[in-house]
Amino acid sequence: NSQKLINPASARIEKILIANRGEIACRIIRTAKRLGIRTVAVYSDADESSLHVKSADEAVRIGPPPARLSYLSAPSIIEAASRTGAQAIHPGYGFLSESADFAQLCENEGFTFIGPPASAIRDMGDKSASKRIMGAAGVPLVPGYHGNEQDIDLMKLEADKIGYPVLIKPTHGGGGKGMRIVQSPNDFVDAFIGAQREAAASFGINTILLEKYITKPRHIEVQIFGDKYGNVIHLNERDCSVQRRHQKIIEEAPAPNISNDFRLHLGQAAVSAAKAVSYHSAGTVEFIVDTVSGQFYFMEMNTRLQVEHPVTEMIVGQDLVEWQIRVANGEPLPISQSQVPLSGHAFEARIYAENVPKGFLPATGTLHHYHPVQVSSEVRVETGVEQGDTVSMHYDPMIAKLVVWGEDRTRALIKMKDCLSKFQVGGLPTNIDFLFKLANHEAFENGEVETHFIEMHKDDLFVDPNDQLSSQVVYNAAVHSAAFAAACVCEKEHAVMKESSAGSASVWYANPPFRVNHCAKCTMELEWEDESSKGGSILVPVHVTYLPKGKYRIETGGSSSSDLELNVVHLRDHDYRVEHGGISTIVSLSVYQKDHMEHIDIWHGSCHHHFKRRKGIDLADVDESDHKSAADVASSHPPGTVVAPMAGLVVKVLVEDGANVVEGQPILVLEAMKMEHVVKATSAGCIGGLRVSAGQQVSDGLALFSIKG
Amino acid sequence: SISRRLRHPNCPADPTRSLCSSILPDTLDRSSESFARNSAAMEGIISQLHSRIEKVMNGGGSEAVKRNKSRNKLLPRERINRLIDPGSSFLELSQLAGHELYDTPLPSGGVVTGIGPVHGNLCMFVANDPTVKGGTYYPITVKKHLRAQEIAAQCRLPCMYLVDSGGAFLPKQAEVFPDKENFGRIFYNQAVMSAEGIPQIALVLGSCTAGGAYIPAMADESVMVKGNGTIFLAGPPLVKAATGEEVSAEDLGGASVHCKTSGVSDYFAQDELHALAIGRNIVKNLHMAGNAGEQRHVMPDFKEPLYDAAELCAIAPTDLKQSFDIRSIISRIVDGSEFDEFKKLYGSTLVTGFARIFGQPVGIIGNNGVLFNESALKGAHFIELCTQRNIPLIFLQNITGFMVGSKSEANGIAKSGAKMVMAVSCAKVPKITIVVGGSFGAGNYAMCGRAYNPNFMFFWPNARISVMGGAQAAGVLAQIERGNKKKAGIELSKEEEEKFKAGVVEAYDKEGSAYYSTARLWDDGVIDPADTRKILGLCLAASTKNKPESTKYGVFRM
Repeated sequence: NSQKLINPASARIEKILIANRGEIACRIIRTAKRLGIRTVAVYSDADESSLHVKSADEAVRIGPPPARLSYLSAPSIIEAASRTGAQAIHPGYGFLSESADFAQLCENEGFTFIGPPASAIRDMGDKSASKRIMGAAGVPLVPGYHGNEQDIDLMKLEADKIGYPVLIKPTHGGGGKGMRIVQSPNDFVDAFIGAQREAAASFGINTILLEKYITKPRHIEVQIFGDKYGNVIHLNERDCSVQRRHQKIIEEAPAPNISNDFRLHLGQAAVSAAKAVSYHSAGTVEFIVDTVSGQFYFMEMNTRLQVEHPVTEMIVGQDLVEWQIRVANGEPLPISQSQVPLSGHAFEARIYAENVPKGFLPATGTLHHYHPVQVSSEVRVETGVEQGDTVSMHYDPMIAKLVVWGEDRTRALIKMKDCLSKFQVGGLPTNIDFLFKLANHEAFENGEVETHFIEMHKDDLFVDPNDQLSSQVVYNAAVHSAAFAAACVCEKEHAVMKESSAGSASVWYANPPFRVNHCAKCTMELEWEDESSKGGSILVPVHVTYLPKGKYRIETGGSSSSDLELNVVHLRDHDYRVEHGGISTIVSLSVYQKDHMEHIDIWHGSCHHHFKRRKGIDLADVDESDHKSAADVASSHPPGTVVAPMAGLVVKVLVEDGANVVEGQPILVLEAMKMEHVVKATSAGCIGGLRVSAGQQVSDGLALFSIKG
Repeated sequence: SISRRLRHPNCPADPTRSLCSSILPDTLDRSSESFARNSAAMEGIISQLHSRIEKVMNGGGSEAVKRNKSRNKLLPRERINRLIDPGSSFLELSQLAGHELYDTPLPSGGVVTGIGPVHGNLCMFVANDPTVKGGTYYPITVKKHLRAQEIAAQCRLPCMYLVDSGGAFLPKQAEVFPDKENFGRIFYNQAVMSAEGIPQIALVLGSCTAGGAYIPAMADESVMVKGNGTIFLAGPPLVKAATGEEVSAEDLGGASVHCKTSGVSDYFAQDELHALAIGRNIVKNLHMAGNAGEQRHVMPDFKEPLYDAAELCAIAPTDLKQSFDIRSIISRIVDGSEFDEFKKLYGSTLVTGFARIFGQPVGIIGNNGVLFNESALKGAHFIELCTQRNIPLIFLQNITGFMVGSKSEANGIAKSGAKMVMAVSCAKVPKITIVVGGSFGAGNYAMCGRAYNPNFMFFWPNARISVMGGAQAAGVLAQIERGNKKKAGIELSKEEEEKFKAGVVEAYDKEGSAYYSTARLWDDGVIDPADTRKILGLCLAASTKNKPESTKYGVFRM
């Protein structure tokens, strides 16, 4: 009888509008293209020439850069769908994907919403309501308070009842925004108020729930899928325990170190959860697993396709976007629960533009060099950007997702480490080097994952500037890279000059450059930004002597050095072969100009280093009446100045100009990528020059105020 | 059909030279005793050259270099390295100027000069070395500066003056200041070159006092570095003595004063690197200025010589009495060792012919023994050919002189020699002279010695130069001495005569050496024979910016 309900062929989806941007828009377009379905992209002014716009058959401008005026503007998107004749709308993840109102609006306007029914979104969107429903359906819940009564005193009583540590969480939204962990009753009130404010700013609703905070938790989630005939299956679980700032950075499927029995129970609980809200399309049921007791509890259900869905696709060999479209078309699920395969192991590493040593703060900038790894059936790179694109402050700073598959976890991990070491991004700081370090950590290799992984292993993952020995090792590696970089730069510069010279002039660009009765030399002052010293840079002087046949002798001065003799051969574009001591290595080099400096990124083996090189100042930018050097203007503010740690929006200014403050006192709150960052007084004293106000956009490095002691 | 008959049977219709041109054979006997002996001798000579060069590369010594560095100043060669295109070559001139010339060492004569490309434009660099006597001008410093300007004028190369000098070396003012070819000539040359459209650019990277102040003032464009760069006619101490005014160097003649108020300088640089970057930009914007030449027919693809240039050291004569075939040198410096010899069978002590060096066409004239009537006539003839066709000339000097004796005189050797000297003097094509062996007597003239304005002239370290050989001179002088003594009634003993002769030989030996020559700027540098080809390639490229000129000869005595 279900067969009768299937739409006639004429009503099938032939054109989809993707109400999203970046990698997920590109991902959906790719599947649609394979199925012969035409695609419509929407874009804000900031994305006019971005990859998702270029990939789609049609594209419609929907507004200015701020998301609430473009990607969150439901009327603009509906209008775009009408104008282009799309039959269906895919919301991707984020933005409007979990807006029940939007799902409803689509259906009301006659468009197929490729996602769950609006009712399921509504039920699961309210965290308190969802827990009630789950409790009724017999899904295990974390002890906590999910009531409507939000009186602060009552909430505190509930917290005391649950027992500390307690987790404070907004009922709406996700991604860790507005979450607070409270260790003791004394901290409860401040944390509660902060969470309320952040929730209101991010989601417009400030209701809060309380939960027992599990100290050694794992985050395991189950991919479920339902059709419109009440069939729900699960596609195994993913482990997303490794997180920073409450956001996932490495996910894997299946979860390591769990039994089949546990997997079975988890899957059954997830299917029950979905059935309880009459779910169809793709969804994820998130569980928190107490590693101490082995208990799992329902956390929340994400009523959308998730960022990390590719790891599931890799182990079940299915295209979940295709499934979404088929289910939206009214087709039944293509396979039954018993037919769901579990093949091999997959990892996903999220590559972000972010400043790891500055506490993973989001970064912005231009992708001057972007060379992701070679893709194959076992390596996927999900990206929405190309070389030359800008990672702006308007949206999520994710650059790409690296997804790898292997026959088992060990083999998949080896592949991922290799891919991370070869994933080249230059122009802005990224977390790639950090991900590489993380993937190489013994505990991670053993699958000993939990949500506090980074905090727990921070001594191994970050260089301690006070540790002389490890600092020296890091420095030596940088000097070694500087030597390689200098030799490659010489080879490159020479080749560029030689190419541009013609006729008899070309004799002036012989290799090695000629000198009368001595060897040509050059000195390169490379500035290396030492991560462990938090933003300080170290000058590495490199003396290069040109020898015949592409050989270079490199002297690096410092204590670590014996002279190196390198042989450099330019292979293609950015790639060189550098031979040293009988071992030749492929070296990739990216050179670009930024802020009056030449920037050099170098990759070789599993090393990546970034150097800056001064080459004189741009003529146009020197004001001769101003005798300050450009370097002064660019970097140093008077002592006591506090600068914006990232580009963002001033949400709140907490003190007035001229106020006296104590060290560590919050001065103002910045928001970027919907994440709040409190700028605190660096010392006690009087605040001066505080001229920013709430609602103002500030750029990275802008002087916010100064403190006079 | 006629042309077909004339063509060599192996020569295809396509005029690629390879099949029908003459590749010089490898005639070097590497197992001979003389090969081994010469190689060993040359090894010593070359290592002596390198150790002398190494010494002058350190400028005025480690203390002075350290002091220079503490003022955020680079050394002159480092400055030039950052001005020329990255990875490009630099043809430094007269590195050993001032060698053992004064009581105190004066490395490189206190100034570094040479040619290198900036944004593809070849420029002449003149960089004072502040670590050598504060960059002051000794007589040889002036001579080296003027020689660089002479080359620049002859080759139409934009001049970049990297000024960091205390001005004239006052104790030697009489040899530095007053004469025609003295300090004042520097500014005269700047004015004349500027008038001819050869750009004059000054970077004031240090002090620039008194007369030196005219270098930036006379320049077309000038740059000054904040702090280090100062220009004034009189420094603060002299100002105080003269007028009582107390003023700091920076306020008296710093970059700020001259870029903002006086207008003596045009570009304000924050520091030295900035100044060098501005210097590069100035050259970028020269456009066609100074470049009056047209590209000659340069072959884009050329072959390296077939024989190893390093073997030139085994060929270079350490004993000038030993003869060798000059073609064994030619075969190691020309493209593909291909040499189309002209008039091979006539006047065979002078070898003439056409070849290419790094694709650039050249006419080569080399000595293979003493010059006879026929050789001189052949030389004059070949020079005429090259000037007609606008082909640069390369002279490979190894010449004891013209043939002497009654037969020669009766044949009019002086007349024949005069013809060749006339041709060399008037030839309006680039001329480059390399002295590979001896350079004696009138042979030096006919083979384009210093007096004949070659664009460039280099010595191999084994080479010797004098009006005649030491032994011959001793013989002549001993005869005169004996005559003079006889007039005074004194008989010279055999022993005394030998002693007299030995003195003459010793003096000739000393004054005839390549180092004696290069210290006094009788040439543009002593070079490693193995580098000859590279240097000729660079010199040719630097000499061909001029418009071809037609040559007009004087009266040939027939």
